[in-house]
Amino acid sequence: MPSLGADMEAGTLVEWRVAPGQAVRRGDIVALVDTDKAVIEVEIWEDGIVEELLVPPGRKVPVGTPLARLRGASEAAPAPAAPARATAAVSMAPPEPAPPSAPPLAPARVSPAPAAPPAPPAPLAAEAPAARVRVTPLARRVARALGVDLAALHGTGPGGAIVRADVERAAAPAPAAAARPPAAAAASPVAGPAERAAGLRRATAAAMARSKREIPHYYLGTRIDLSRALAWLAAENAQRPVAERLLPAALLLRAVALAAREVAEMNGFWLEGEFRPATAVHLGVGISLRSGGLVAPALRDADRKPLAVLMRELGDLVRRTRAGVLRSSEFGEATLTVTNLGDQGVETVHGVIQPPQVALVGFGRIAEQPWAEHGLLGVRPLVHASLAADHRASDGHRGGRFLTAVDRLLQEPEKL
Amino acid sequence: MSEAERVAAAAAPRRISYREALREALRDALSRDERVFLMGEDVGRYGGCFGVSRGLLEEFGPERIRDTPLSESAFVGAGIGAALGGMRPIVEIMTVNFSLLALDQIVNTAAALLHMSGGQLAVPLVIRMTTGAGRQLAAQHSHSLEGWYAHIPGLKVLAPATHEDARGMLWTALEDPDPVLLFEHGALYNVEGELAADAGPVPIDRAAVRRPGRDVSLIAYGGTLAKALAAADALTGEGISAEVIDLRTLRPLDTETILASVARTHRAVVVDEGWRSGSLSAEVAARIAEGAFYELDAPVERVCSAEVPMPYAKHLEEVALPQAPRIVEAVRRALGAGA
Repeated sequence: MPSLGADMEAGTLVEWRVAPGQAVRRGDIVALVDTDKAVIEVEIWEDGIVEELLVPPGRKVPVGTPLARLRGASEAAPAPAAPARATAAVSMAPPEPAPPSAPPLAPARVSPAPAAPPAPPAPLAAEAPAARVRVTPLARRVARALGVDLAALHGTGPGGAIVRADVERAAAPAPAAAARPPAAAAASPVAGPAERAAGLRRATAAAMARSKREIPHYYLGTRIDLSRALAWLAAENAQRPVAERLLPAALLLRAVALAAREVAEMNGFWLEGEFRPATAVHLGVGISLRSGGLVAPALRDADRKPLAVLMRELGDLVRRTRAGVLRSSEFGEATLTVTNLGDQGVETVHGVIQPPQVALVGFGRIAEQPWAEHGLLGVRPLVHASLAADHRASDGHRGGRFLTAVDRLLQEPEKL
Repeated sequence: MSEAERVAAAAAPRRISYREALREALRDALSRDERVFLMGEDVGRYGGCFGVSRGLLEEFGPERIRDTPLSESAFVGAGIGAALGGMRPIVEIMTVNFSLLALDQIVNTAAALLHMSGGQLAVPLVIRMTTGAGRQLAAQHSHSLEGWYAHIPGLKVLAPATHEDARGMLWTALEDPDPVLLFEHGALYNVEGELAADAGPVPIDRAAVRRPGRDVSLIAYGGTLAKALAAADALTGEGISAEVIDLRTLRPLDTETILASVARTHRAVVVDEGWRSGSLSAEVAARIAEGAFYELDAPVERVCSAEVPMPYAKHLEEVALPQAPRIVEAVRRALGAGA
């Protein structure tokens, strides 16, 4: 059972996507696992042949439990070490270490904001093309009437569609699990929306408490003039079809990703008493769930993707997060997290780092403000950028360089 | 037998075949109105290819029970002429596949004449024909083409699926000023059922809820009604309550009854012995999508005949036709895992 978050202790195997004897390749989705937060598609990290499935669907097992035995492509029979490596052995270690051979992975990001649940980076979901949630017309109508958030539901209808019964179950008061008919419960080991919301809150609580207990945060902030960036964006968008237009959030993410490459101390993990820089930049993006709570799946390789691709993937990520279907590589692998509370009208974010990451970048709203330059006062669109960083891994000097890099990159939007 | 006993016996429901119910309807119509007459291949001395008009020649005479040559185009045309001339003809075409020989008369003349004459010439003609498969009559005698006729403005198309409708639809059809096609499913002729002693004409403008239910609407007509009812029975054992709608009139469709049912059950399975592509089931499904989209809690399912010429071999014919187990499967699909 892979750890799909720093504080995940156990997960329920929902469904196998492979069978014994089947060949698998690195990156294949082999199983669905329900954590307290979401149903995650578990990817496998090795090529080989599935020899045996060790955990049946519906069973909840602790992190680290072998789920299946995998035979390497060249191996004739299972090696003694096989079980350990066999499971899609994502090895994010809750407090204590992972097997040294496996790459360290970040846990799911959880909200840095203790008081109010943060908003998504930008209202992107509407245009994103991927992963459409199936909802019957009736279920959609009833959900609207009852004020139920469809994104938090799991469909039990034809083809996994969300049907009216799913909506009504979600709308039923308190113990959603009890309200579920036994037959449906047996058929689907997936947690109900209420259980999931509670689980998510517990997970957030554990991660944030650990963060404030263990990580000596330092905070830096700066105001960034976005007039060049926004002017460039307006000109760029004028040439793009509506569906492909870019939002300022994409520019901000891109700038952070490139800055993270420049100042490596912000991008990586604090593990076993030392900083381990990450080799890639996977940006955790704080996404609020309509049912409450927040997760921060990873936008992978954000420093290596053109803006348009980043924009599209961001929309896709928001949509799938809200649908509750994330891939394991997205769920636990962020190397640095960005949270954007601008939508909420907030000016400044003082973030809480998601362990074992070492920094969190926050953006407030973009607003016109007085700005003095060359002895002249003008009005410019400004954004407050903030950095919460782990003083064990870096010092304020490096943090300052990082924020300055973000500013500099945003002044040359055409190069982003 | 006392007078009271005689009245009671007459009022008690009788158990008769679908064929006998049709014959009673013919006898009733021939008795009510002197303008009514029956013509078609072998309807007289032979008693009808399916025995529906047996005995009527003796009862009503050769003027009113007329055998015709094997020429569908000619005798349907003659029927149209007689209707225009003030008669109330009932034309029997042996089976729907033979009606293709009279398509021009039916579609180009009977259906269009009122319009082409500027409203002067109505065609009060009733055409009866056998439709459907299930009797090992192979690819040329097993069609269900009533959906084609239901496409044509100017026609009314009926599909009596019950003894009550077999008994009652004919007279109402004869009273209609426009051409009416009556499709009798061949597999029903021998089916026995109860008919009230006082059974008589029935309306032909509404579909009927043959069995109320809560979870899914099975929409069927003619030869598939009994299969839908059997499926509904079987589903009871799984705790699924199926409503069964009998369309009765295929043109004009009673959209209101269909949509009201779907609004209650939120799921629909349309059962049609016609081939799926361009079928009546397609029309029903489309109307549900148009008129009850926001009521749907599952995609509309259809159970139709396999799109092949109807096989002769019994086991192949059986699998080619809609059957109750396939209807049950479709219902399960519509209910999904959450049912």
